[in-house]
Amino acid sequence: MAGPDQASAAKAARPKAVPVPTPETQPFWDGCAAGELRLQRCLDCGKPYFYPRPACPACGSSNVEWFTASGDASLYSYVISHRPARGFEDEGPYAIAVVELAEGPRMMTNLAGVPATPEDLVLDMPLRVAFEPRGEMTVPVFTPAAAAP
Amino acid sequence: MSSTGSGAGSGVIIAGAAETDHVGKLPGHSTLALHMEAARNALADAGLTIHDIDGIATVAQPGPVQVAHALGITPTWIDGTAVGGTSFLLHVRHAMAAIQAGHARTVLITHGESGRSRVGTGPYQFAPSSPVGQFEAPYGVAGPTTTFTIPVLRYMKECGLTHEQLAYVAVAQRRWAAKNPRAMFRDPITVDDVLASRIVAYPFHLLECCLVTDGGGALVITAADRAGDFPKPPVYVLGTGEASETPMISQMEDFTESKAIRLAGAAALAEAGIGVADVGHVMIYDAFAHLPIYGLEALGFVAKGEAGPFIAEGNTEPGGRLPLNTNGGGLSYTHTGMYGMFAIQEGVRQVRGEAAAQVDGPDISVVVGNGGMFATSGVLVLGRQPR
Repeated sequence: MAGPDQASAAKAARPKAVPVPTPETQPFWDGCAAGELRLQRCLDCGKPYFYPRPACPACGSSNVEWFTASGDASLYSYVISHRPARGFEDEGPYAIAVVELAEGPRMMTNLAGVPATPEDLVLDMPLRVAFEPRGEMTVPVFTPAAAAP
Repeated sequence: MSSTGSGAGSGVIIAGAAETDHVGKLPGHSTLALHMEAARNALADAGLTIHDIDGIATVAQPGPVQVAHALGITPTWIDGTAVGGTSFLLHVRHAMAAIQAGHARTVLITHGESGRSRVGTGPYQFAPSSPVGQFEAPYGVAGPTTTFTIPVLRYMKECGLTHEQLAYVAVAQRRWAAKNPRAMFRDPITVDDVLASRIVAYPFHLLECCLVTDGGGALVITAADRAGDFPKPPVYVLGTGEASETPMISQMEDFTESKAIRLAGAAALAEAGIGVADVGHVMIYDAFAHLPIYGLEALGFVAKGEAGPFIAEGNTEPGGRLPLNTNGGGLSYTHTGMYGMFAIQEGVRQVRGEAAAQVDGPDISVVVGNGGMFATSGVLVLGRQPR
């Protein structure tokens, strides 16, 4: 049996979940590693979309391309989790948010550079993309636009 | 036949329906044993044996092949549709089609889940290369409490729902649970009690989240022309619907409404040829306190934004005009993880007139399921009489 100190050390060492790319999502993750938020858009109907996939969900066309998004977004909704997932144990309550990108699609993310309180997290507040490591990978997170460099 | 619907919904009945002997904490039962106990109880309820069953439906883990084999059934019709806690409502719909097509005569639908004790079952998991694994898991989601709950702040902002109205959903359902000896939580609670319970995922408090329990239930479905052949009054399946929206809560089209429930509900009501004014009892899958709000609006019982006040004004609790979640629901009765079977069971009991908190003779009960996090929905219209 591990003692209390060993147990807490083992717990603290558990990493946050790390995404594993698939061929169709690799360009998105390559973009994150390069500090860019890359989305896809349809060359037939013009609609941008997320999450990455080989055909447009609006019209079905596979005539799609990658582009670099503006990185601007707004806060669509969120919860403040008091039951930490693996790797989040030392952060205290943290926000799991869904943001609406300026280009239209929405994505789940975390919020950085702002306290995770209802008073500080106001729906529709402007946000700006930033990036955080998850293991060997880099994931997009968002920070209040006013605080962005 | 005077049906104003398609008539397709008049063809089958629920001839047998039962839950496990107990629901709650059952560390002496594996998931498979819960399926078997529920199946045996439903067969006894219908006055049938395993030899009368030619069709089987249940979710993966343990799956229809395992359940049928364990029971000694050799099915010639199999449905393993597994789309979360609403799956059993879809099984009823699929069984109806199979019976009408002549592919099956008597279908057994089973649910068992050692959701609390985790006996004979594996961990919840998904691949880190799946869409959820790539685009949601890295952000610290920890199951339904941190995902199913995310739309609500948006709903509150756009529709005016208050924290007190959300809390009242749990208060109203506890009033039904108080009448149900099998309910896990029966003591009365107030809005203040709910808001004083610890925050699990803001804006949700513990008492706005469902229980986690062990238990099971099963149904026997057969052709309506056999309605007089069974010990219990037949429950007619008048209408059915199913739909899916999204595998990821972040990709839900509009956080203020459930497209899956709206589409499934519209199909079920149309098939039954009824409107919401014809409904005397309703069950809405309540993994969390906002589900009855989204469900009432998606079915059209109230207009968008009105469900919170409607519940807070007492319309859905004992004595109200639209009895809702009369077993106490997932919030107070039981919630094994895939609650849909228990919602159907209470709809059947109310239509038969044998519920613990029996309401005044509902001719029609509507059961609204949810699978995943607003991912899928099945809806059933159950009736005392054929249409």
